Amino acid sequence: MTRSRRDPDLVRAYVRTGGRLRPTRELDLVTLVIAKSDPTPGAAPDVVRVMNLCSRRGALSVAEIAAYLDLPPSVVKILVADLMDSEHLVTPTPAENLPEIALLEEVLNGLRALPA
Amino acid sequence: MGSVLSRPERAVDYVPETVTRSVKLLVAGNFGVGKTTFVSSVSEIKPLRTEETITEASVGIDDMVGLPGKVNTTVAMDFGRITLNPQLALYLFGTPGQQRFVPLWEELARGALGALVLVDTRRIEKADEVLSVLEERGVPYSVAVNRFEGAQSYPLDEIRDALDLTPDTPLTALDARHRGTCLQSLITLVEFLFHRVETRR
Repeated sequence: MTRSRRDPDLVRAYVRTGGRLRPTRELDLVTLVIAKSDPTPGAAPDVVRVMNLCSRRGALSVAEIAAYLDLPPSVVKILVADLMDSEHLVTPTPAENLPEIALLEEVLNGLRALPA
Repeated sequence: MGSVLSRPERAVDYVPETVTRSVKLLVAGNFGVGKTTFVSSVSEIKPLRTEETITEASVGIDDMVGLPGKVNTTVAMDFGRITLNPQLALYLFGTPGQQRFVPLWEELARGALGALVLVDTRRIEKADEVLSVLEERGVPYSVAVNRFEGAQSYPLDEIRDALDLTPDTPLTALDARHRGTCLQSLITLVEFLFHRVETRR
């Protein structure tokens, strides 16, 4: 046996997320979230870190939370999904989705308006 | 990936309060092609980095010879952000193009509007793998040649032939250090994406 039987990263993710390997809802790297309430007293350290980061001035994406907290995005997704379930975090994204063509037009107009 | 103390704290660049929507584009290419430089040139925040551990087949990876089966690799992704209007933020993800990072790709490609593929003419054959990965996942893309100083400059037609691009695939040239040329390549990509969807309707 040349390698350890257990994958240390998976074990760590498992511990950090209270034993789950999948988030409770579909989140993207660019899903935005913003804090709605204070963390529950006695929450796990990573949960407190996520809430502390998100509870200041405005929204952050899943990818940004991962980068600032130095956690893998896969772990952040699980934590964020839980915090959305418990309504500590909410997403500012409106319920209705723009059609792709309208979104692309908006992106194009935005890019054209940027200072070179 | 370590403890809170493993990296110096940096000020948090929050998304402006008015932003309610977010989209992503991929900046794809092989190692050293200028993805991070490109993202730095156009991002309004200092680029951020995330790391994900993926499991990959070890076959063909030089430093893993003699270790059959699967290995874990940490893949870093640098990304930046541009607020395009008060409601909309665009994220740009520098994405390593190698086939062996495909597990990461599944996630990145989902929901991405499209990809800008950066190409280095000194290693043009490396781009094939990137283009294949995108095509397999149905991610629409345009291509941009990063003109490295000192590298021989080829006409875009020759590069188009060498890459075997379809006639409608946009091909531009840029200098990843120069914001204006990078923005122009992004505009060309999104114009292509827009017309593609428009024609499909």
